[in-house]
Amino acid sequence: MQVKYQVEGGDFTSAGYASSQVKKLLKQLNVAPKVIKNVVVALYEAEVNIVAHAYRGVIEVELDPQKITLVLEDEGPGIPNIDLAMQEGFSTASPAVREMGFGAGMGLPNIKRNVDDMQLESQVDKGTRLTLIKFFNA
Amino acid sequence: MNTQHMNHALKLDADKCIGCTHCIKVCPTEAIRVVNGKANVQAERCVDCGECVRACPYNAFYVDEDDWALKEQYKYRVALFPSVFIGQFARNHSQESIYGAILKLGFTHVYEVEQPIALLKEITKEYCADEEKTKPFISSYCPAVVRLIQLKFPSLTENIINIKAPHDLSANYIKRSLMNRGAKEDEIGIFYISPCVAKMAAVKNPIGEKQSIINGVLNMKEAYNRVMKVLETGEVEAVATDFMKRLTRDGVKWGLTTGESKHAKGKSMAIDGIHNVIKFLDRLENDEAPWLHFLEVRACDLSCAGGILLTGNRFLTDDRLRKRAQKFPAAGKVEDLQVTVDLDELRKKLYTDPIPPKPIMMLDTDMGRALEKLARARNIMCHLPGIDCGACGAPTCQALAEDMVQAKAKMSDCIFLQQTWQRQGKISAQKAFDNMENKWGKNRFMPDCNKKGAKNESL
Ligand SMILES: Nc1ncnc2c1ncn2[C@@H]1O[C@H](COP(=O)(O)OP(=O)(O)O)[C@@H](O)[C@H]1O
Ligand code: SF4
Ligand SMILES: [Mg+2]
Repeated sequence: MQVKYQVEGGDFTSAGYASSQVKKLLKQLNVAPKVIKNVVVALYEAEVNIVAHAYRGVIEVELDPQKITLVLEDEGPGIPNIDLAMQEGFSTASPAVREMGFGAGMGLPNIKRNVDDMQLESQVDKGTRLTLIKFFNA
Repeated sequence: MNTQHMNHALKLDADKCIGCTHCIKVCPTEAIRVVNGKANVQAERCVDCGECVRACPYNAFYVDEDDWALKEQYKYRVALFPSVFIGQFARNHSQESIYGAILKLGFTHVYEVEQPIALLKEITKEYCADEEKTKPFISSYCPAVVRLIQLKFPSLTENIINIKAPHDLSANYIKRSLMNRGAKEDEIGIFYISPCVAKMAAVKNPIGEKQSIINGVLNMKEAYNRVMKVLETGEVEAVATDFMKRLTRDGVKWGLTTGESKHAKGKSMAIDGIHNVIKFLDRLENDEAPWLHFLEVRACDLSCAGGILLTGNRFLTDDRLRKRAQKFPAAGKVEDLQVTVDLDELRKKLYTDPIPPKPIMMLDTDMGRALEKLARARNIMCHLPGIDCGACGAPTCQALAEDMVQAKAKMSDCIFLQQTWQRQGKISAQKAFDNMENKWGKNRFMPDCNKKGAKNESL
Protein backbone atom coordinates (compact mmCIF):
# COMPACT_ATOMS: atom_id res chain seq x y z
CA MET A 1 0.00 0.00 0.00
CA GLN A 2 1.22 3.48 -0.88
CA VAL A 3 0.57 6.86 0.69
CA LYS A 4 1.98 10.24 -0.36
CA TYR A 5 2.41 13.52 1.48
CA GLN A 6 3.54 16.94 0.25
CA VAL A 7 5.86 19.10 2.33
CA GLU A 8 6.38 22.88 1.93
CA GLY A 9 9.76 24.42 2.72
CA GLY A 10 9.64 26.96 5.56
CA ASP A 11 6.27 25.79 6.88
CA PHE A 12 7.32 24.74 10.38
CA THR A 13 3.75 24.76 11.67
CA SER A 14 2.78 21.77 9.57
CA ALA A 15 6.00 19.80 10.02
CA GLY A 16 4.99 16.61 11.78
CA TYR A 17 1.80 16.04 9.80
CA ALA A 18 3.13 13.09 7.81
CA SER A 19 4.69 11.44 10.85
CA SER A 20 1.49 11.67 12.88
CA GLN A 21 -0.52 10.22 9.97
CA VAL A 22 1.95 7.39 9.53
CA LYS A 23 1.78 6.70 13.24
CA LYS A 24 -1.97 6.20 12.95
CA LEU A 25 -1.51 3.78 10.05
CA LEU A 26 1.07 1.76 11.97
CA LYS A 27 -1.20 1.52 15.01
CA GLN A 28 -3.94 0.18 12.75
CA LEU A 29 -1.51 -2.46 11.52
CA ASN A 30 -0.70 -3.52 15.09
CA VAL A 31 2.99 -2.72 14.72
CA ALA A 32 4.93 -2.91 18.00
CA PRO A 33 4.93 0.43 19.89
CA LYS A 34 8.73 0.57 20.00
CA VAL A 35 8.98 0.22 16.22
CA ILE A 36 6.27 2.85 15.73
CA LYS A 37 8.26 5.24 17.87
CA ASN A 38 11.42 4.63 15.81
CA VAL A 39 9.57 5.31 12.55
CA VAL A 40 7.83 8.39 13.87
CA VAL A 41 11.01 9.91 15.28
CA ALA A 42 12.96 9.27 12.05
CA LEU A 43 10.19 10.52 9.77
CA TYR A 44 9.63 13.62 11.88
CA GLU A 45 13.32 14.59 11.68
CA ALA A 46 13.32 13.96 7.94
CA GLU A 47 10.19 16.08 7.47
CA VAL A 48 11.75 18.90 9.47
CA ASN A 49 14.85 18.74 7.30
CA ILE A 50 12.79 19.42 4.18
CA VAL A 51 10.97 22.25 5.93
CA ALA A 52 14.17 23.76 7.36
CA HIS A 53 16.64 23.23 4.53
CA ALA A 54 14.77 22.66 1.22
CA TYR A 55 12.10 24.40 -0.89
CA ARG A 56 9.53 21.65 -1.20
CA GLY A 57 9.31 17.89 -1.15
CA VAL A 58 7.25 14.73 -1.42
CA ILE A 59 7.14 11.83 1.04
CA GLU A 60 6.26 8.43 -0.33
CA VAL A 61 5.29 5.76 2.13
CA GLU A 62 5.23 2.13 1.07
CA LEU A 63 3.76 -0.38 3.49
CA ASP A 64 4.01 -4.13 3.22
CA PRO A 65 3.47 -6.80 5.88
CA GLN A 66 7.18 -6.91 6.78
CA LYS A 67 8.37 -3.33 6.61
CA ILE A 68 7.81 0.33 5.91
CA THR A 69 9.79 2.18 3.24
CA LEU A 70 9.91 5.97 3.30
CA VAL A 71 11.23 7.96 0.37
CA LEU A 72 11.63 11.69 0.94
CA GLU A 73 12.55 13.63 -2.16
CA ASP A 74 12.99 17.37 -2.19
CA GLU A 75 13.89 20.28 -4.42
CA GLY A 76 16.45 22.36 -2.61
CA PRO A 77 20.06 23.37 -2.21
CA GLY A 78 21.26 19.78 -1.73
CA ILE A 79 23.98 18.65 0.63
CA PRO A 80 27.57 19.29 -0.59
CA ASN A 81 29.26 16.97 1.91
CA ILE A 82 27.13 14.09 3.12
CA ASP A 83 29.73 12.68 5.53
CA LEU A 84 29.95 16.05 7.23
CA ALA A 85 26.16 16.43 7.36
CA MET A 86 25.90 13.04 9.07
CA GLN A 87 28.15 14.15 11.94
CA GLU A 88 26.48 14.82 15.26
CA GLY A 89 26.17 18.54 15.91
CA PHE A 90 26.84 19.64 12.34
CA SER A 91 24.25 22.12 11.17
CA THR A 92 23.91 24.91 8.63
CA ALA A 93 20.61 26.02 10.14
CA SER A 94 20.13 29.79 10.29
CA PRO A 95 19.93 31.59 13.64
CA ALA A 96 16.22 32.12 12.96
CA VAL A 97 15.65 28.39 12.62
CA ARG A 98 17.66 27.72 15.79
CA GLU A 99 15.52 30.29 17.54
CA MET A 100 12.53 28.04 16.83
CA GLY A 101 14.21 25.11 18.54
CA PHE A 102 15.46 23.32 15.43
CA GLY A 103 18.99 22.99 14.06
CA ALA A 104 20.84 21.11 16.78
CA GLY A 105 22.56 19.04 14.10
CA MET A 106 21.24 15.80 15.54
CA GLY A 107 18.57 15.07 12.92
CA LEU A 108 20.42 12.88 10.44
CA PRO A 109 22.35 10.86 13.06
CA ASN A 110 19.10 10.36 14.93
CA ILE A 111 17.35 9.15 11.79
CA LYS A 112 20.12 6.63 11.21
CA ARG A 113 19.82 5.29 14.75
CA ASN A 114 16.09 4.68 14.39
CA VAL A 115 15.88 2.81 11.08
CA ASP A 116 17.31 -0.43 9.66
CA ASP A 117 18.52 1.10 6.41
CA MET A 118 19.21 4.67 5.35
CA GLN A 119 20.32 5.97 1.93
CA LEU A 120 21.09 9.64 1.47
CA GLU A 121 21.71 10.96 -2.05
CA SER A 122 22.00 14.60 -2.95
CA GLN A 123 22.83 16.90 -5.83
CA VAL A 124 23.94 20.43 -5.01
CA ASP A 125 21.42 23.06 -6.23
CA LYS A 126 18.98 20.33 -7.25
CA GLY A 127 17.78 18.42 -4.25
CA THR A 128 18.04 15.55 -1.84
CA ARG A 129 16.61 12.05 -1.71
CA LEU A 130 16.45 10.14 1.55
CA THR A 131 15.33 6.51 1.64
CA LEU A 132 14.53 4.84 4.97
CA ILE A 133 13.56 1.25 5.69
CA LYS A 134 12.29 -0.13 8.98
CA PHE A 135 11.35 -3.78 9.51
CA PHE A 136 8.42 -4.52 11.78
CA ASN A 137 9.69 -7.69 13.45
CA ALA A 138 12.91 -6.12 14.73
CA MET B 1 -38.36 3.65 31.31
CA ASN B 2 -36.90 1.67 28.48
CA THR B 3 -33.26 1.28 29.41
CA GLN B 4 -30.54 -0.09 27.28
CA HIS B 5 -27.86 -1.48 29.53
CA MET B 6 -24.39 -0.68 28.49
CA ASN B 7 -21.08 -0.95 30.18
CA HIS B 8 -19.90 0.58 33.39
CA ALA B 9 -22.18 2.96 35.27
CA LEU B 10 -23.27 4.84 32.17
CA LYS B 11 -26.76 4.05 30.92
CA LEU B 12 -28.90 5.22 28.06
CA ASP B 13 -32.59 5.95 28.32
CA ALA B 14 -33.63 4.69 24.90
CA ASP B 15 -36.97 6.55 25.15
CA LYS B 16 -35.15 9.85 25.30
CA CYS B 17 -32.44 9.12 22.72
CA ILE B 18 -33.43 10.18 19.21
CA GLY B 19 -30.14 9.22 17.58
CA CYS B 20 -29.15 12.86 17.01
CA THR B 21 -25.43 11.93 16.54
CA HIS B 22 -24.06 14.63 18.89
CA CYS B 23 -22.46 12.02 21.13
CA ILE B 24 -20.81 10.01 18.38
CA LYS B 25 -18.89 13.11 17.29
CA VAL B 26 -17.39 13.99 20.65
CA CYS B 27 -16.38 10.52 21.76
CA PRO B 28 -12.56 10.52 22.01
CA THR B 29 -12.28 6.82 21.15
CA GLU B 30 -15.04 6.72 18.50
CA ALA B 31 -16.84 4.18 20.69
CA ILE B 32 -20.41 5.19 19.81
CA ARG B 33 -22.53 4.32 16.75
CA VAL B 34 -26.20 4.97 16.13
CA VAL B 35 -27.86 1.60 15.70
CA ASN B 36 -31.60 1.30 15.02
CA GLY B 37 -31.91 5.00 15.69
CA LYS B 38 -30.31 4.88 19.16
CA ALA B 39 -26.83 5.57 20.50
CA ASN B 40 -24.91 2.38 21.17
CA VAL B 41 -21.71 2.51 23.20
CA GLN B 42 -19.17 -0.23 22.57
CA ALA B 43 -18.08 -1.21 26.07
CA GLU B 44 -14.57 -2.28 25.11
CA ARG B 45 -13.85 1.13 23.58
CA CYS B 46 -15.47 3.31 26.25
CA VAL B 47 -13.16 5.11 28.69
CA ASP B 48 -15.96 6.53 30.91
CA CYS B 49 -14.95 10.12 30.27
CA GLY B 50 -18.56 11.29 30.04
CA GLU B 51 -18.11 13.49 26.97
CA CYS B 52 -21.26 11.91 25.49
CA VAL B 53 -23.25 12.82 28.59
CA ARG B 54 -22.16 16.45 28.27
CA ALA B 55 -22.95 16.57 24.55
CA CYS B 56 -26.43 15.00 24.70
CA PRO B 57 -29.13 17.64 24.10
CA TYR B 58 -31.87 15.27 25.32
CA ASN B 59 -30.42 14.14 28.66
CA ALA B 60 -30.69 10.60 27.39
CA PHE B 61 -27.65 9.33 29.27
CA TYR B 62 -27.90 8.79 32.96
CA VAL B 63 -25.62 7.44 35.60
CA ASP B 64 -26.58 4.52 37.75
CA GLU B 65 -25.93 4.53 41.49
CA ASP B 66 -26.46 2.16 44.39
CA ASP B 67 -29.53 2.29 46.59
CA TRP B 68 -29.20 4.95 49.29
CA ALA B 69 -31.04 2.62 51.67
CA LEU B 70 -28.14 0.15 51.50
CA LYS B 71 -26.43 2.07 54.26
CA GLU B 72 -29.15 1.22 56.80
CA GLN B 73 -27.65 -2.22 57.32
CA TYR B 74 -24.46 -0.80 58.80
CA LYS B 75 -23.85 0.58 62.26
CA TYR B 76 -21.14 2.92 61.02
CA ARG B 77 -22.27 4.69 57.83
CA VAL B 78 -19.52 6.68 56.22
CA ALA B 79 -20.12 9.29 53.52
CA LEU B 80 -16.86 9.56 51.60
CA PHE B 81 -16.51 12.23 48.93
CA PRO B 82 -13.82 14.29 47.19
CA SER B 83 -13.43 17.92 48.30
CA VAL B 84 -14.93 19.19 45.04
CA PHE B 85 -18.31 18.25 46.51
CA ILE B 86 -18.06 21.14 48.99
CA GLY B 87 -16.93 23.49 46.21
CA GLN B 88 -20.30 23.25 44.47
CA PHE B 89 -22.22 25.03 47.19
CA ALA B 90 -22.67 28.79 47.20
CA ARG B 91 -20.69 30.62 49.84
CA ASN B 92 -23.66 31.16 52.16
CA HIS B 93 -23.57 27.44 52.99
CA SER B 94 -20.69 26.81 55.36
CA GLN B 95 -18.71 23.60 55.20
CA GLU B 96 -19.92 22.85 58.74
CA SER B 97 -23.57 23.07 57.73
CA ILE B 98 -22.95 20.88 54.66
CA TYR B 99 -21.38 18.28 56.93
CA GLY B 100 -24.39 18.64 59.22
CA ALA B 101 -26.78 18.08 56.33
CA ILE B 102 -24.96 14.92 55.28
CA LEU B 103 -25.29 13.55 58.80
CA LYS B 104 -28.99 14.36 58.66
CA LEU B 105 -29.24 12.15 55.58
CA GLY B 106 -28.46 9.20 57.83
CA PHE B 107 -24.69 8.92 57.80
CA THR B 108 -22.72 8.62 61.02
CA HIS B 109 -19.37 9.77 59.63
CA VAL B 110 -18.43 12.32 57.02
CA TYR B 111 -15.01 12.17 55.37
CA GLU B 112 -13.34 13.98 52.55
CA VAL B 113 -11.24 11.71 50.37
CA GLU B 114 -8.22 13.98 50.57
CA GLN B 115 -7.69 13.74 54.34
CA PRO B 116 -4.77 11.30 54.39
CA ILE B 117 -3.13 12.85 51.31
CA ALA B 118 0.20 13.27 53.12
CA LEU B 119 0.73 9.52 52.90
CA LEU B 120 -0.09 9.40 49.20
CA LYS B 121 2.33 12.25 48.62
CA GLU B 122 5.04 10.40 50.44
CA ILE B 123 4.70 7.07 48.64
CA THR B 124 4.39 8.81 45.28
CA LYS B 125 7.61 10.65 46.03
CA GLU B 126 9.38 7.40 46.87
CA TYR B 127 7.99 5.74 43.74
CA CYS B 128 9.15 8.58 41.48
CA ALA B 129 12.65 8.56 42.94
CA ASP B 130 13.30 5.19 41.28
CA GLU B 131 15.76 5.84 38.45
CA GLU B 132 15.02 2.46 36.82
CA LYS B 133 11.41 3.26 36.05
CA THR B 134 10.16 4.61 32.70
CA LYS B 135 9.80 8.37 32.62
CA PRO B 136 7.85 10.58 32.62
CA PHE B 137 5.75 9.27 35.47
CA ILE B 138 2.09 9.51 34.57
CA SER B 139 -0.37 9.88 37.41
CA SER B 140 -3.00 7.17 37.85
CA TYR B 141 -5.38 9.62 39.51
CA CYS B 142 -7.98 9.92 36.75
CA PRO B 143 -9.36 6.50 35.76
CA ALA B 144 -10.70 7.82 32.44
CA VAL B 145 -7.18 8.80 31.41
CA VAL B 146 -5.72 5.51 32.60
CA ARG B 147 -8.17 3.67 30.35
CA LEU B 148 -7.53 6.07 27.50
CA ILE B 149 -3.83 5.23 27.71
CA GLN B 150 -4.53 1.49 27.78
CA LEU B 151 -6.66 1.72 24.64
CA LYS B 152 -5.12 4.46 22.55
CA PHE B 153 -1.56 4.89 23.80
CA PRO B 154 -0.63 1.35 24.86
CA SER B 155 3.10 2.09 24.81
CA LEU B 156 2.62 4.59 27.64
CA THR B 157 1.02 2.10 30.06
CA GLU B 158 4.46 1.45 31.52
CA ASN B 159 4.70 5.11 32.51
CA ILE B 160 1.59 4.98 34.68
CA ILE B 161 2.34 5.12 38.40
CA ASN B 162 1.22 1.84 40.00
CA ILE B 163 -0.31 3.47 43.04
CA LYS B 164 -3.98 3.52 43.87
CA ALA B 165 -6.17 6.59 43.67
CA PRO B 166 -6.92 8.70 46.79
CA HIS B 167 -10.38 7.16 47.36
CA ASP B 168 -8.78 3.74 47.89
CA LEU B 169 -6.30 5.14 50.35
CA SER B 170 -8.90 7.03 52.35
CA ALA B 171 -11.38 4.14 52.39
CA ASN B 172 -8.64 1.92 53.81
CA TYR B 173 -7.62 4.62 56.24
CA ILE B 174 -11.13 5.21 57.53
CA LYS B 175 -11.89 1.54 57.89
CA ARG B 176 -8.74 0.97 59.89
CA SER B 177 -9.18 3.95 62.14
CA LEU B 178 -12.78 2.98 62.93
CA MET B 179 -11.68 -0.59 63.65
CA ASN B 180 -8.96 0.71 65.95
CA ARG B 181 -11.69 2.48 67.86
CA GLY B 182 -13.61 -0.75 68.35
CA ALA B 183 -15.81 -1.08 65.25
CA LYS B 184 -16.11 -4.51 63.65
CA GLU B 185 -15.30 -4.72 59.97
CA ASP B 186 -18.79 -5.81 58.89
CA GLU B 187 -20.36 -2.98 60.86
CA ILE B 188 -18.70 -0.40 58.62
CA GLY B 189 -20.34 0.71 55.38
CA ILE B 190 -18.34 3.13 53.24
CA PHE B 191 -20.34 5.04 50.63
CA TYR B 192 -18.41 6.91 47.98
CA ILE B 193 -20.08 9.92 46.42
CA SER B 194 -18.63 10.06 42.92
CA PRO B 195 -17.96 13.12 40.76
CA CYS B 196 -17.90 11.08 37.55
CA VAL B 197 -18.64 7.85 35.73
CA ALA B 198 -14.95 7.00 35.56
CA LYS B 199 -14.50 6.91 39.35
CA MET B 200 -17.71 4.91 39.67
CA ALA B 201 -16.38 2.27 37.32
CA ALA B 202 -13.00 2.31 39.06
CA VAL B 203 -14.58 1.86 42.48
CA LYS B 204 -16.81 -0.98 41.25
CA ASN B 205 -14.01 -2.83 39.46
CA PRO B 206 -10.75 -1.96 41.19
CA ILE B 207 -7.70 -2.98 39.19
CA GLY B 208 -5.87 -5.94 40.72
CA GLU B 209 -8.37 -6.60 43.52
CA LYS B 210 -11.23 -9.04 43.85
CA GLN B 211 -13.52 -6.87 45.88
CA SER B 212 -13.83 -3.16 46.35
CA ILE B 213 -13.32 -1.83 49.85
CA ILE B 214 -16.20 0.56 49.18
CA ASN B 215 -19.70 -0.74 49.99
CA GLY B 216 -21.74 1.54 47.77
CA VAL B 217 -21.30 4.18 45.09
CA LEU B 218 -23.56 7.22 44.98
CA ASN B 219 -24.12 9.83 42.31
CA MET B 220 -22.84 13.26 43.34
CA LYS B 221 -25.69 15.01 41.53
CA GLU B 222 -28.20 13.11 43.63
CA ALA B 223 -26.18 13.80 46.78
CA TYR B 224 -26.13 17.52 45.96
CA ASN B 225 -29.91 17.56 45.56
CA ARG B 226 -30.45 15.72 48.82
CA VAL B 227 -28.07 17.95 50.75
CA MET B 228 -29.61 21.11 49.26
CA LYS B 229 -33.05 19.94 50.31
CA VAL B 230 -31.89 19.57 53.90
CA LEU B 231 -30.07 22.91 53.82
CA GLU B 232 -33.19 24.69 52.54
CA THR B 233 -35.19 23.54 55.56
CA GLY B 234 -32.90 25.70 57.66
CA GLU B 235 -32.90 23.06 60.37
CA VAL B 236 -29.34 21.98 60.01
CA GLU B 237 -26.95 22.14 62.88
CA ALA B 238 -23.50 23.05 61.81
CA VAL B 239 -21.21 20.31 63.13
CA ALA B 240 -17.89 20.87 64.76
CA THR B 241 -15.06 20.43 62.30
CA ASP B 242 -13.75 17.39 64.12
CA PHE B 243 -14.25 15.28 61.00
CA MET B 244 -12.05 17.71 59.08
CA LYS B 245 -9.13 17.71 61.45
CA ARG B 246 -6.77 15.96 59.02
CA LEU B 247 -7.73 18.06 56.03
CA THR B 248 -4.94 20.17 54.54
CA ARG B 249 -4.48 22.87 51.95
CA ASP B 250 -2.74 20.40 49.63
CA GLY B 251 -5.55 17.91 50.12
CA VAL B 252 -8.38 20.30 49.29
CA LYS B 253 -6.60 21.26 46.06
CA TRP B 254 -5.54 17.70 45.11
CA GLY B 255 -8.45 17.14 42.72
CA LEU B 256 -7.98 20.51 41.00
CA THR B 257 -5.62 21.12 38.11
CA THR B 258 -1.94 21.19 39.31
CA GLY B 259 -3.10 19.59 42.61
CA GLU B 260 -0.60 16.78 42.12
CA SER B 261 1.93 18.16 39.67
CA LYS B 262 3.05 21.04 41.89
CA HIS B 263 4.42 18.55 44.42
CA ALA B 264 6.54 16.68 41.90
CA LYS B 265 10.31 16.86 42.05
CA GLY B 266 11.77 17.77 38.69
CA LYS B 267 9.91 19.08 35.64
CA SER B 268 6.19 18.51 35.76
CA MET B 269 3.13 19.42 33.74
CA ALA B 270 -0.63 19.30 34.32
CA ILE B 271 -3.03 18.75 31.43
CA ASP B 272 -6.82 18.77 31.77
CA GLY B 273 -9.60 18.10 29.27
CA ILE B 274 -9.64 14.79 27.44
CA HIS B 275 -9.03 16.18 23.98
CA ASN B 276 -6.06 18.20 25.25
CA VAL B 277 -4.78 15.09 26.96
CA ILE B 278 -4.98 13.11 23.72
CA LYS B 279 -3.02 15.76 21.81
CA PHE B 280 -0.34 15.84 24.45
CA LEU B 281 0.01 12.08 24.86
CA ASP B 282 0.40 11.83 21.09
CA ARG B 283 3.45 14.12 21.37
CA LEU B 284 4.75 12.34 24.43
CA GLU B 285 4.64 9.04 22.59
CA ASN B 286 7.01 10.52 20.00
CA ASP B 287 9.52 11.44 22.70
CA GLU B 288 8.89 15.12 22.24
CA ALA B 289 9.22 15.93 25.94
CA PRO B 290 12.27 13.97 27.07
CA TRP B 291 12.89 16.39 29.95
CA LEU B 292 9.52 15.71 31.55
CA HIS B 293 9.55 13.93 34.91
CA PHE B 294 5.93 13.93 36.10
CA LEU B 295 2.66 14.31 34.24
CA GLU B 296 -0.72 15.03 35.79
CA VAL B 297 -3.51 14.22 33.33
CA ARG B 298 -7.22 14.61 33.94
CA ALA B 299 -10.14 13.92 31.62
CA CYS B 300 -12.26 16.88 32.70
CA ASP B 301 -11.73 20.51 31.89
CA LEU B 302 -10.51 22.01 35.25
CA SER B 303 -10.08 18.44 36.53
CA CYS B 304 -12.63 17.15 39.05
CA ALA B 305 -14.18 20.61 39.44
CA GLY B 306 -15.52 19.84 35.95
CA GLY B 307 -16.68 16.29 36.72
CA ILE B 308 -19.90 15.36 34.92
CA LEU B 309 -21.82 14.69 38.13
CA LEU B 310 -21.10 18.11 39.59
CA THR B 311 -23.69 20.85 39.72
CA GLY B 312 -22.98 24.46 38.89
CA ASN B 313 -20.15 26.18 37.16
CA ARG B 314 -16.72 24.54 37.21
CA PHE B 315 -14.85 27.86 37.41
CA LEU B 316 -16.80 28.85 40.51
CA THR B 317 -16.22 25.44 42.07
CA ASP B 318 -12.50 25.67 41.39
CA ASP B 319 -12.34 29.20 42.79
CA ARG B 320 -14.31 28.37 45.96
CA LEU B 321 -12.08 25.40 46.68
CA ARG B 322 -8.88 27.35 46.22
CA LYS B 323 -10.18 29.95 48.66
CA ARG B 324 -11.39 27.27 51.07
CA ALA B 325 -7.99 25.59 50.97
CA GLN B 326 -6.42 28.66 52.58
CA LYS B 327 -8.28 27.91 55.82
CA PHE B 328 -6.33 24.69 56.36
CA PRO B 329 -2.72 24.07 57.35
CA ALA B 330 -0.41 23.83 54.34
CA ALA B 331 0.51 20.15 54.46
CA GLY B 332 -0.23 17.42 56.93
CA LYS B 333 2.48 15.26 58.46
CA VAL B 334 2.48 11.56 57.83
CA GLU B 335 3.17 10.98 61.53
CA ASP B 336 -0.15 12.61 62.41
CA LEU B 337 -1.89 9.84 60.51
CA GLN B 338 0.07 7.24 62.46
CA VAL B 339 -1.89 8.14 65.57
CA THR B 340 -5.00 6.41 64.26
CA VAL B 341 -3.73 3.57 62.09
CA ASP B 342 -0.74 1.34 61.50
CA LEU B 343 0.77 3.00 58.46
CA ASP B 344 3.08 0.18 57.42
CA GLU B 345 0.14 -2.11 56.95
CA LEU B 346 -1.77 0.57 55.08
CA ARG B 347 1.15 1.29 52.77
CA LYS B 348 1.21 -2.28 51.50
CA LYS B 349 -2.35 -1.92 50.30
CA LEU B 350 -1.69 1.05 48.13
CA TYR B 351 0.20 -0.43 45.18
CA THR B 352 -1.47 -1.83 42.06
CA ASP B 353 -0.33 -4.38 39.51
CA PRO B 354 1.18 -2.97 36.31
CA ILE B 355 -1.52 -1.58 34.01
CA PRO B 356 -1.90 -3.83 30.93
CA PRO B 357 -2.18 -2.31 27.44
CA LYS B 358 -5.47 -2.99 25.59
CA PRO B 359 -4.94 -1.60 22.09
CA ILE B 360 -8.12 -0.90 20.12
CA MET B 361 -6.75 0.82 17.04
CA MET B 362 -5.60 -2.24 15.11
CA LEU B 363 -7.74 -3.54 12.26
CA ASP B 364 -6.52 -7.11 12.64
CA THR B 365 -4.05 -9.00 14.80
CA ASP B 366 -2.45 -10.37 11.63
CA MET B 367 -0.39 -7.67 9.96
CA GLY B 368 -1.00 -8.90 6.43
CA ARG B 369 -4.74 -8.94 6.91
CA ALA B 370 -4.66 -5.59 8.71
CA LEU B 371 -2.83 -4.12 5.73
CA GLU B 372 -5.43 -5.50 3.33
CA LYS B 373 -8.21 -4.00 5.42
CA LEU B 374 -6.42 -0.68 5.60
CA ALA B 375 -6.02 -0.62 1.81
CA ARG B 376 -9.68 -1.52 1.37
CA ALA B 377 -10.83 1.18 3.78
CA ARG B 378 -8.81 3.74 1.81
CA ASN B 379 -10.44 2.51 -1.39
CA ILE B 380 -13.88 2.83 0.14
CA MET B 381 -13.03 6.40 1.15
CA CYS B 382 -12.78 7.24 -2.58
CA HIS B 383 -16.54 6.68 -2.77
CA LEU B 384 -17.72 8.27 0.48
CA PRO B 385 -18.38 12.04 0.43
CA GLY B 386 -16.00 12.88 3.30
CA ILE B 387 -18.37 15.36 4.94
CA ASP B 388 -18.72 13.37 8.17
CA CYS B 389 -22.47 14.01 8.45
CA GLY B 390 -23.10 11.13 10.84
CA ALA B 391 -26.31 10.02 9.10
CA CYS B 392 -24.85 6.54 8.69
CA GLY B 393 -24.49 6.29 12.46
CA ALA B 394 -20.68 6.48 12.42
CA PRO B 395 -18.80 9.59 13.61
CA THR B 396 -16.87 10.11 10.36
CA CYS B 397 -16.82 8.73 6.83
CA GLN B 398 -13.49 7.16 7.69
CA ALA B 399 -14.93 5.44 10.74
CA LEU B 400 -17.69 4.05 8.51
CA ALA B 401 -15.13 2.79 6.02
CA GLU B 402 -13.26 1.07 8.85
CA ASP B 403 -16.52 -0.44 10.16
CA MET B 404 -17.17 -1.74 6.66
CA VAL B 405 -13.87 -3.58 6.40
CA GLN B 406 -14.64 -5.09 9.82
CA ALA B 407 -18.00 -6.24 8.41
CA LYS B 408 -19.87 -3.99 10.83
CA ALA B 409 -21.41 -1.67 8.22
CA LYS B 410 -22.48 -1.57 4.59
CA MET B 411 -21.98 0.81 1.67
CA SER B 412 -25.73 1.43 1.68
CA ASP B 413 -25.48 2.99 5.15
CA CYS B 414 -24.26 6.16 3.43
CA ILE B 415 -27.27 8.24 2.43
CA PHE B 416 -25.28 10.10 -0.23
CA LEU B 417 -24.29 6.88 -1.93
CA GLN B 418 -27.90 5.79 -1.87
CA GLN B 419 -28.96 9.01 -3.60
CA THR B 420 -26.31 8.46 -6.23
CA TRP B 421 -27.35 4.85 -6.77
CA GLN B 422 -30.97 5.92 -7.12
CA ARG B 423 -30.11 8.45 -9.77
CA GLN B 424 -28.06 5.85 -11.59
CA GLY B 425 -31.07 3.52 -11.43
CA LYS B 426 -29.15 0.96 -9.37
CA ILE B 427 -31.74 0.86 -6.59
CA SER B 428 -35.37 1.91 -6.33
CA ALA B 429 -36.54 4.84 -4.25
CA GLN B 430 -38.46 2.36 -2.09
CA LYS B 431 -35.33 0.32 -1.43
CA ALA B 432 -33.40 3.45 -0.46
CA PHE B 433 -36.14 4.47 1.95
CA ASP B 434 -36.29 0.99 3.46
CA ASN B 435 -32.55 1.09 4.04
CA MET B 436 -32.94 4.34 5.90
CA GLU B 437 -35.77 3.02 8.06
CA ASN B 438 -33.72 -0.04 8.85
CA LYS B 439 -31.00 2.20 10.18
CA TRP B 440 -33.16 4.76 11.96
CA GLY B 441 -36.30 2.88 12.90
CA LYS B 442 -39.81 2.64 11.43
CA ASN B 443 -41.72 5.87 10.89
CA ARG B 444 -38.70 7.79 12.14
CA PHE B 445 -39.11 10.37 9.39
CA MET B 446 -42.78 11.21 9.87
CA PRO B 447 -43.40 14.80 10.99
CA ASP B 448 -43.26 15.17 14.78
CA CYS B 449 -44.15 18.51 16.35
CA ASN B 450 -43.07 17.48 19.83
CA LYS B 451 -39.39 17.26 19.10
CA LYS B 452 -36.93 19.80 20.45
CA GLY B 453 -37.34 23.16 18.69
CA ALA B 454 -40.59 22.11 16.96
CA LYS B 455 -44.00 23.71 17.33
CA ASN B 456 -45.23 21.83 20.39
CA GLU B 457 -41.92 21.36 22.18
CA SER B 458 -42.43 20.68 25.86
CA LEU B 459 -39.33 19.97 27.79
N1 LIG C 1 16.85 17.90 2.90
C1 LIG C 1 17.98 18.63 3.04
N2 LIG C 1 18.33 19.55 2.13
C2 LIG C 1 19.44 20.29 2.27
N3 LIG C 1 20.28 20.17 3.32
C3 LIG C 1 20.00 19.27 4.26
C4 LIG C 1 18.84 18.46 4.18
N4 LIG C 1 18.82 17.64 5.25
C5 LIG C 1 19.93 17.93 5.98
N5 LIG C 1 20.65 18.90 5.38
C6 LIG C 1 21.95 19.45 5.83
O1 LIG C 1 22.51 18.59 6.79
C7 LIG C 1 22.73 19.27 8.02
C8 LIG C 1 22.54 18.37 9.18
O2 LIG C 1 21.19 17.95 9.26
P1 LIG C 1 20.62 17.49 10.64
O3 LIG C 1 21.49 16.43 11.19
O4 LIG C 1 19.19 17.13 10.45
O5 LIG C 1 20.76 18.76 11.54
P2 LIG C 1 19.91 20.10 11.56
O6 LIG C 1 18.72 19.89 10.70
O7 LIG C 1 19.61 20.29 12.97
O8 LIG C 1 20.82 21.17 11.00
C9 LIG C 1 21.76 20.44 7.96
O9 LIG C 1 22.15 21.51 8.75
C10 LIG C 1 21.80 20.80 6.49
O10 LIG C 1 22.94 21.55 6.17
S1 SF4 D 1 -10.94 14.52 36.03
FE1 SF4 D 1 -11.83 13.84 37.97
S2 SF4 D 1 -14.05 14.01 37.64
FE2 SF4 D 1 -13.09 14.03 35.62
S3 SF4 D 1 -13.09 11.90 34.91
FE3 SF4 D 1 -11.10 12.27 35.90
S4 SF4 D 1 -11.38 11.66 38.03
FE4 SF4 D 1 -13.42 11.89 37.14
MG1 LIG E 1 17.40 18.33 11.02
